[in-house]
Amino acid sequence: MSAVTLDSAAAPPRRDPLRRLRRLGGSWLVNTCLVILAVFLVVALAAPWLAPQDPRFGALSETFADPGAAHWLGTDQGGHDTFSALIEGTRTSLFGPLAVVVFATVAGIAVGLFSAWRGGWVDAAIGRVLDILFAFPALLLAILAVALFGKGLTAPVLAMAVAYLPYTARLVRGLAAAEKSRPYIAAYRVQGHSPVFVSVRGLLPNITPTVLAQATVNFGYALLDLAALSFLGLGVQPPTPDWGSMINQGQSAVLQERPLSAIVPALAIVLVVVAFNVVGEHLADRVAGRDA
Amino acid sequence: MALLDIDALSVTLPGMARPILDRIELTVAAGETVALVGESGSGKSVTARAALGLFPAGADLAGRVRVEDIDLVGADAARLREVRTGIAAMIFQDPRAGISPVRRIGDFLTEALRLVGGWSRARADARAAELLAAVGLPDPERHLRQFPHEMSGGMLQRVMIAAALCGEPRLLLCDEPTTALDVATQAEILALLGRLRRERDLGLLLITHDIELAAASCDRIYVMYAGRIVETATADELFARPRHPYTAGLLGSSPPQEGPLTRLAPIPGAPMSLLESATGCAFAPRCRFAEPGRCDQAPPVLEPHGAGRVACHRADELEPPVLAHLAPDSEDR
Amino acid sequence: MTTDVTPHDGTPLIEVSGLRKTYRTGTGEVVAVEDLSFSLPVGGALGLVGESGSGKTTTARMLLGLERPDAGRIMVRGTPLAETVRGRAARLARAKAVQMVFQDPYLSLDGRLSIGATLDGVLRLHGVRDPAARSARIGELLAQVGLGPREAATRPRGLSGGQRQRAAIARALAVEPALLVLDEAVSALDVSVQAQVLNLLADIRRDTGIGLIFVSHDLAVVRYLCDEALVLHRGRTVEHRPVGDLLTAPADPYTRLLLASIPRPGWDPEHIARQRRELPAPAAAGGVVPSE
Repeated sequence: MSAVTLDSAAAPPRRDPLRRLRRLGGSWLVNTCLVILAVFLVVALAAPWLAPQDPRFGALSETFADPGAAHWLGTDQGGHDTFSALIEGTRTSLFGPLAVVVFATVAGIAVGLFSAWRGGWVDAAIGRVLDILFAFPALLLAILAVALFGKGLTAPVLAMAVAYLPYTARLVRGLAAAEKSRPYIAAYRVQGHSPVFVSVRGLLPNITPTVLAQATVNFGYALLDLAALSFLGLGVQPPTPDWGSMINQGQSAVLQERPLSAIVPALAIVLVVVAFNVVGEHLADRVAGRDA
Repeated sequence: MALLDIDALSVTLPGMARPILDRIELTVAAGETVALVGESGSGKSVTARAALGLFPAGADLAGRVRVEDIDLVGADAARLREVRTGIAAMIFQDPRAGISPVRRIGDFLTEALRLVGGWSRARADARAAELLAAVGLPDPERHLRQFPHEMSGGMLQRVMIAAALCGEPRLLLCDEPTTALDVATQAEILALLGRLRRERDLGLLLITHDIELAAASCDRIYVMYAGRIVETATADELFARPRHPYTAGLLGSSPPQEGPLTRLAPIPGAPMSLLESATGCAFAPRCRFAEPGRCDQAPPVLEPHGAGRVACHRADELEPPVLAHLAPDSEDR
Repeated sequence: MTTDVTPHDGTPLIEVSGLRKTYRTGTGEVVAVEDLSFSLPVGGALGLVGESGSGKTTTARMLLGLERPDAGRIMVRGTPLAETVRGRAARLARAKAVQMVFQDPYLSLDGRLSIGATLDGVLRLHGVRDPAARSARIGELLAQVGLGPREAATRPRGLSGGQRQRAAIARALAVEPALLVLDEAVSALDVSVQAQVLNLLADIRRDTGIGLIFVSHDLAVVRYLCDEALVLHRGRTVEHRPVGDLLTAPADPYTRLLLASIPRPGWDPEHIARQRRELPAPAAAGGVVPSE
């Protein structure tokens, strides 16, 4: 590793394409988590080609099959292949929270920047609205949205994006308000740049690393919340495979002492959430260390 | 007998291109005001901390630091505590950084007396009020109840001096004590330090970047550059007849207050960082008197010249009038 | 370098009249600047002298449009500076009128951008569309402040304090302003570097005819760079005269105190402390700092 650093220092013109990736890494724990997340991402993208069977159709003749060559992780009470369900379930389980986090982060940045830049009563009013949103647990808001707009993935994702927005917005507002008082921001203004330019091109890049670290941690929570919704039967609906609804379906399997179809998706959830939190913490530490 | 006696002190950190301190010699006697002048990275603050036995973590140490015959290099915790609570005390540049903003001045001043000394509240308060009066704050009882934000920087620096006086020290180390203050307040703080020195026979070490302030308020001056003492003399001598080109350059760096205005003759370049090192004289790359073949030899040692001591390869040839004469006319980069 | 110096027709470069600024605090109103008036001819240089809390930085910020005055008027080349700037043209016009160099050269540069990229952004904003022309102009600007291509490719953290301040000066000059405000622009620099920057500013003044407002606590530095000095004490003007006269024969007791406070051999700090205690408070003193 040190030899690589020395080499790249000696020959600066040649850019090392892996340099950024290498800089992202940390301890073996962080690196392991990064690998886990990368594997899940690939599985999610390639799910239809990876799944050996179609998890939407189950043969009642194969209810509660044991793990084996035909079904690597056995089947559930409907005869669905657990391994295939796990793989195809990766899509909804990961892309749901991803949509929540992307929406909450983008909107949160916009609200936070605007609030910090305008200051005064606008800032105070936005602060109060965010406080009210804070008072609603994300799950409650999502259940409300399902009641209004029906079951499925869309309504809960939108509701949770709204519920997660205050976290990002408040973080961005705090960071931006502190950053705004720095002389380099005053310098941008004095040069004649527009407020939008100063906020988005001058200020935002300087607080982005912290915001991304927060988004990573948010992802873990969003995944848990969405899985909980599916478990309650309000999220993704069978037969579309999803980890949360797999656990739901697996309840009776647990009672019949065939717990595998519930345990496997639960483990997957734990693995992804822990990995995201470790990486998020690592990123936050890196940001703190960089500023120190 | 010197109160503080630093002898051939070297401090080296692994990974740095040069020693942080390189064979420092410095003494402060009771009743004396001594200045240590240097720019960023010169090692002046590290030297001051060494006088309290505070060395950079993981550093290799050589030489001696004696405070009243106690050698602080390799001293045990009990000896260090004895020095830090009784013999020597230190004040810093930013008084606000050294005091918790949510606690009253009285709590700040009496904390050590009550927790460590086991004093009663009434007795500690009385002592704190006495100290505040000693540093010239007009209404000690009221100030004890105030919060730091209710005080100006100058008043807070007086509070920090009062806190430093708490253990009746004989050596007071002042690290840029007036840099964050206005000029008139600076004069007041130096007047206070001068009075305390006389009344209590204190030894004062003033660490500063301002050579004019040092010349105006101290008996003797040490000038540091890149971890070494390059010149030392009495304040009057150093101000009138600087012998090291760096000292002369520093004196020529600020515009005169009166008399004809000529173009300033700045020292080119920037002070040496800890990542840079030099085989010869560290100042040679910026020195207009540097001579190839001589100044790139091993660094010069501090040798007696005239009324002071200088570390310069060309000290014999560069007579003080030459330096003074050359300064305003020469070209800057 | 071609700062647009209009032929001398008697119109002052900048004319400030009746400027006033107050701040609300928890306990009441604090006067930061009261009834400030001055004018500066084309190519002139004025030193604004005072302690912290004297209102000198507030004045600088009002000249730049970073603070809005409560009362009074600022005219640049006979045109009033708009209090509220709306639209791109107005912003750029204001930027062309006044530019600023801040005290801390590290905090006033965007740490993400190389010096070259920073200058490029300013030039692009101010209408230099052709990349080749921009790059040529960047070379000129850097040469003017004594920097080279190596510094252009470097981010602020790779530069020394003096180099950063030179870069900040180049950034201000890139706009080609009529007036340059320098807020304690050399006081954060190492002593041996201060003189280099002072000489650079003197050269820029001589070569470009740009107007300078030099905010400082250091009367000797003001004498080196400026024709006139204006002494502020708790927001009020105590003296405004040619700087030579002010230093040799100060009329106001406060100016005398400031002069006596400058350390020099034979200096008697106790006498200064006595003088300060006897100093009459300015009429209806405001001031931001608690009095001692």
